[in-house]
Amino acid sequence: MPPRASKRKSAPPNSSSVTSSDGRSEGIEALCSDLGVDYTDVRILMLAWKLKAEKQGYFTQDEWQTGLKALGVDSLSKLKKALSDLEKEVEKPSNYEDFYTYAFRYCLTEEKQKSVDIESICELLNLVLGVQFRPQIDSLIEYLKVQNDYKVINSDQWINFLRFCKEISFPDLENYDATQAWPLILDNYVEWMREKHS
Amino acid sequence: MENKAIGLDKGWDYMQKGITKLKRILEGLPEPPFTSEEYMMLYTTIYNMCTQKPPHDHSQQLYDKYREAFEEYISSTVLPSLREKHDEFMLRELAKRWANHKVMVRWLSRFFHYLDRYFIARRSLPTLNEVGLTCFRDLVYQEVHAKVKDAVITLIDRALLKNVLDIFVEIGMGKMDRYEDDFEADMLQDTGAYYSRKASSWIEEDSCPDYMLKSEECLKKERDRVSHYLHSSSETKLSEKVQNELLVAYANRLLEKEHSGCRPLLRDDKVEDLSRMYRLYCKIPQGLDPVANIFKPHITAEGTALVQQAEDATSNQASSAPGVQEQVLIRRTIELHDKYMAYVTDCFQNHTLFHKALKEAFEVFCNKTVTGNSSAELLATFCDNILKKGGSEKLSDEVIEETLEKVVKLLAYISDKDLFAEFYRKKLPRRLLFDRSANDDHKRSILTKLKQQCGGQFTSKMEGMVTDLTLARENQANYEDYLRSNSAAHPGIDLTVTVLTTGFWPSYKSFDLNLPAEMVKCVEVFKGFYETKTKHRKLTWIYSLGTCHINGKFEQKIIELIVSTYQAAVLLLFNASDRLSYSEIMAHLNLTHDDLLRLLHSLSCAKYKILSKEPNTKTISHGDYFEFNSKFTDKLRRIKVPLPPVDERKKVVEDVDKDRRYAIDAALVRIMKSRKVLGHQQLVSECVEQLSRMFKPDIKAIKKRMEDLITRDYLERDKENQNMFRYLA
Repeated sequence: MPPRASKRKSAPPNSSSVTSSDGRSEGIEALCSDLGVDYTDVRILMLAWKLKAEKQGYFTQDEWQTGLKALGVDSLSKLKKALSDLEKEVEKPSNYEDFYTYAFRYCLTEEKQKSVDIESICELLNLVLGVQFRPQIDSLIEYLKVQNDYKVINSDQWINFLRFCKEISFPDLENYDATQAWPLILDNYVEWMREKHS
Repeated sequence: MENKAIGLDKGWDYMQKGITKLKRILEGLPEPPFTSEEYMMLYTTIYNMCTQKPPHDHSQQLYDKYREAFEEYISSTVLPSLREKHDEFMLRELAKRWANHKVMVRWLSRFFHYLDRYFIARRSLPTLNEVGLTCFRDLVYQEVHAKVKDAVITLIDRALLKNVLDIFVEIGMGKMDRYEDDFEADMLQDTGAYYSRKASSWIEEDSCPDYMLKSEECLKKERDRVSHYLHSSSETKLSEKVQNELLVAYANRLLEKEHSGCRPLLRDDKVEDLSRMYRLYCKIPQGLDPVANIFKPHITAEGTALVQQAEDATSNQASSAPGVQEQVLIRRTIELHDKYMAYVTDCFQNHTLFHKALKEAFEVFCNKTVTGNSSAELLATFCDNILKKGGSEKLSDEVIEETLEKVVKLLAYISDKDLFAEFYRKKLPRRLLFDRSANDDHKRSILTKLKQQCGGQFTSKMEGMVTDLTLARENQANYEDYLRSNSAAHPGIDLTVTVLTTGFWPSYKSFDLNLPAEMVKCVEVFKGFYETKTKHRKLTWIYSLGTCHINGKFEQKIIELIVSTYQAAVLLLFNASDRLSYSEIMAHLNLTHDDLLRLLHSLSCAKYKILSKEPNTKTISHGDYFEFNSKFTDKLRRIKVPLPPVDERKKVVEDVDKDRRYAIDAALVRIMKSRKVLGHQQLVSECVEQLSRMFKPDIKAIKKRMEDLITRDYLERDKENQNMFRYLA
């Protein structure tokens, strides 16, 4: 999930004034509105990645400050510009996988939580991979919602979704080999696809 | 002997006379044979001419003249005589000439022998013998051998042939290349063409058995040919050629012949023809493969047909007792196995290829489900029936033993062995508890066989069950002693208790049945007794397995009813009330709807109507009323009122699935622990192999377990290679 709005009072996205009583920064919703970006926008997630935010929906003081310094940003307009640069940075192959893995981890809200529920996964997939792999993601999301073998997705399966989009030709799925180490959920997905199209 | 040196011409003249004499003898002209003196003279002449001092030692010239003698004779006499004859006559002439030539060489080399000893040895020249043969080879053989070969191939007279062919061999002077190149190669080709023509006409007209008979005869004929006049080295090549033309080239057409090929032969059990087929094809490399490839699907088809028959029979005759058709199926499968095993051992000489075909064929259809039951279950039921007291047919001990052996053999073909084990384990206690079934020996023997197949772990529980029973009998004796000594404690009803050790026996549901008062007292008394024997043990009563003998006082007569404890509990309620509703009974006994329905059905709608039901329909519903049926009677004084058993199949399948999941997990962890890093496919195949003794794991199930292990941090995927897994300690 992209960073959720918090309920405390908002503060301007100024590095020095983003504080609260417990040292946590907040006001992401306000931040979003200031940036002119919807809070469900993937760029906020990218920002979280860049800031190496630990907890979903929050930026700590440290994360905020270090992150903004890394971006070389000290004003709102600069932050806006940095966001678009950030998109390009994330798309670099070396960073993309890291960002992708981060996106999953970011959704683990509880301690010791290892998997994310299907609903959230579908939204996350849409957000993170939807632009680049629209047809695959749409089809995959459709399947995830219909099947009932799995109620949650773990990180191993998550990683393999990306691999699947990158490596397997779509929509024929010709080069998919179920005897390899693909997670069972993808084997089932491919079977479902093949039945649908036969 | 003169002392003067002998001149060459003079000496040669003398020799020439001897040579001419020899020639005349060879030609068959009247001429007296050589005397010893004549021979000595000729020999000595040569000797002298060679030992004379130079310039009179004429060794070299004599050597040359020796050769010339042959050449002259051959050119003037031998060759012309051969040239004017043809075919068989030519061969005859050649044989004669060759024999003559050998004689000539023998004699002349004796005359000129001295040359061999010193002149030839010193100069390392070809020996006299070699020279003689070489002359024949160069002059005669070179010219005629092609014609000879043609003549031979069309010739019939064997003795002559042998002589002529020997020429080919001997001309080679130690090596076989003359024989092989000049004769054998063409002979083989020609033979091949001959049989190819024959084969193409036979294949059209003859049936498979006839064709095979003819082939066998041809092979035999050719072998005879070799032994009679060909050189033995030809045998393998000739056989191969004939086989090739007759059997290999037409293998498919022959075997596939519609009305007489391999399949029909199998169908019609033509044992002799099949044996012949094996004999013919076993010598050809990979010749047996097509036969095996027909054998296997044939068996599979027959087996599948049996399965289909059973399916159809059960769905058609709804009236036949459940399970009968399946038992028939098992019996027929055993018969089928015996039949084809006999084929493999007799016709096919125990060849591994056919053993393999049989095994694979059986594996295919033995694992098909029949009327919703897996074959593992059917097999377990079959065993159970055999072992029950008497079984459905009263079989003798040896027959039972034999049948059990065969059953265990069939078990080898079933991939879900653990399913069989579980069903067998479920049926065994019932047999042990209710039947006191016939033969302990059988029980033990089948356990031993199963141990061999499935491992000790599986049979240990069953052995435990058998032991429990022995102990229980002792225990009962002790209990009876106890009652005798404490007569006040006697509950008034005879009670027999079997105490089972929980771990060995399948888990039974035990309900909080509200026992009738009489029974409650029994339970209490036994509990008291048991506590005197062992403390620290909890007794859980399984009423579902108990039996009761109740006397029913019907109008006509008293009948003893043998019923289960539950049924007894229901019946005893009618001591207090005449008429009870379904819900009242339910309230009294505290049973589930499913159980109660079964119970009431067995007492009011089945064979013996102990209770009368209102309304008098065939099924029980919640609004029914029940009354004691005093009008009930039967010709027997004692009847058993059966309770249909619960279908535990679903539970068994569930239990097995659960066990399998653990087994897969354990296998995966075991493998990864020792290998540390392993590729996906290898891991899967090793896992399948490890578990193959008990069942054939589903690949998807393995994948799922692997994912689970990843989530539980036993394994992780390698970062670089998605198909590799790593063990996490």
